[in-house]
Amino acid sequence: MHNKSVAELSRELESGKVSSVELTQQFLDRLKAEDGKYNSFITISEEQALAEARAADELRAAGKATAWTGVPFAHKDIFCTNGIRTTCGSKMLENFVPPYDATVTANFKAAGAVCLGKTNMDEFAMGSSNESSFYGAVTNPWGLSSGDKRVPGGSSGGSAAAVAARLVPAATGTDTGGSIRQPAALCGITGLKPTYGRVSRYGMIAFASSLDQGGPMARTAEDAALMMNVMAGYDPKDSTCIDREVPDYTATLNEPLKGLKIGLPKEYFSDQLSPAMEEQVRNAIREYEKLGATVKEVSLPNARLAIAAYYVIAPAEASANLSRFDGVRYGYRCEDPKDLMDMYTRTRAEGFGTEVKRRILVGTYALSAGYFDAYYLKAQKVRRLIQQDFINAFKEVDVLMSPVSPTPAFKQGEKNTDPVSMYLEDVFTIAINLAGIPAMSVPAGLVDGLPVGLQIIGDYFSEARLLNAAHQFQQVTDWHQREPQ
Amino acid sequence: MTISRKDIEKVAVLARIKVDDEQVAALEKDLGNILDLVDQLGAADTDSVEPMAHPLDAVQRLRPDVVTETNQREAFQAIAPATEDGLYLVPRVIE
Repeated sequence: MHNKSVAELSRELESGKVSSVELTQQFLDRLKAEDGKYNSFITISEEQALAEARAADELRAAGKATAWTGVPFAHKDIFCTNGIRTTCGSKMLENFVPPYDATVTANFKAAGAVCLGKTNMDEFAMGSSNESSFYGAVTNPWGLSSGDKRVPGGSSGGSAAAVAARLVPAATGTDTGGSIRQPAALCGITGLKPTYGRVSRYGMIAFASSLDQGGPMARTAEDAALMMNVMAGYDPKDSTCIDREVPDYTATLNEPLKGLKIGLPKEYFSDQLSPAMEEQVRNAIREYEKLGATVKEVSLPNARLAIAAYYVIAPAEASANLSRFDGVRYGYRCEDPKDLMDMYTRTRAEGFGTEVKRRILVGTYALSAGYFDAYYLKAQKVRRLIQQDFINAFKEVDVLMSPVSPTPAFKQGEKNTDPVSMYLEDVFTIAINLAGIPAMSVPAGLVDGLPVGLQIIGDYFSEARLLNAAHQFQQVTDWHQREPQ
Repeated sequence: MTISRKDIEKVAVLARIKVDDEQVAALEKDLGNILDLVDQLGAADTDSVEPMAHPLDAVQRLRPDVVTETNQREAFQAIAPATEDGLYLVPRVIE
């Protein structure tokens, strides 16, 4: 059962071959037996999962099942889950049990899905390797047999590793600068960052509010489409959410790709990309040509400024968002504060990890008196230039294709001593968040036995087209079905 | 771009994060490197460019001024580090 997709599990449940309680118990048993190798979960919520499974079986018996009813999955530990600890990978929230559900959490509950627990992540989603989690690094299931412990990518590294290791068929993720796509690429799974405003951010612990977006992580594009059917939609509780009709993302998966115009941004096939990675990505693009697509080179002249703009905007917004962790209303508080200032400063020094503090300090600096115009305002202007590049490109082509990451999964400890080298890991993904457009990572090959991701980038609200392009590729390739070696 | 020890200390106070003396040198280096990365922005010509706050240029919505949420003080305070009589407790501010 653990090798089956969400769509297949849904059919098994529908046929009555297995109950949700049986399925959930099987997945829980496997999760508890196997996750010691990966550390992909922070919390396993067995009791609640079994209660949800019983309720799902009752719903099905009453003829009220949806595609998700009784299907197990997991949430990144950034989505608030009423009554289940939500840590965001931080010591600050080690004992935080939310009194409410995120909208995404509520949507999966309403669909009858069964949440097995909360997956590991970089602290407050700040990282590209999952090594900044207070709950320990996550190990990529790929490359383990060679004796190397490799990173799963980040920040949604726990979700990616859990899906790749077949612990869950699907998991939620969030993507601020590449945090769904890069771990999906490094773990050989399928991930989608939707258009900014497509999925509600309510109850999704905020990192950089103008960039954060929740999205699906699964093994197939079809499963990602099933997740989008649950996740996408207008939410009055998120003031930046867009009120726009949600299509059935599974309805267009089988449309032919003949005539699809693909653009290859020349800036994303630069010397930052290893030749072996480039070969795999170009092979994948040739598959698209066989499916009837045409390919041309395009240019995103301002893409080179994306990392610089991001490392102003994201830390600046993070410094404001994380000011709420003050030791007063919830979360960690230091021992024996001698006065209010001591309580704030020690609570935050002890509760946050190194990378989070670094970004808060950078952001505070960028927003401080005398620097705001030079940093934040300048970065927001550059952001518009980057967006304009994409708008121009989409006048010529339907989608853009590129690598997701410059290299395959690197070894634990290899990059985490130098923040800037870690930041460059997101060189091909960050501009997409700045522009607010959707993009996917699709398994597209192996280099030295490690997965390579193909990035498919689309215009605003083109998620259905991206999923269609990914699904058609998955009909003629089997990279997404490969199991970690 | 260099950032001085004094800058780090000032920013740490603004951010309400206690920074020990032995951490300052590492922060000077790390923040200096990050600001070097960020300084590439200076090369971009943005004279006639409007800053972008929302990718779809959406603006704040207004909602009808009606009660939609009920009081859940007990549930919310149950997860607080210290409360008394429905109030959050912090170290004494006024002597």
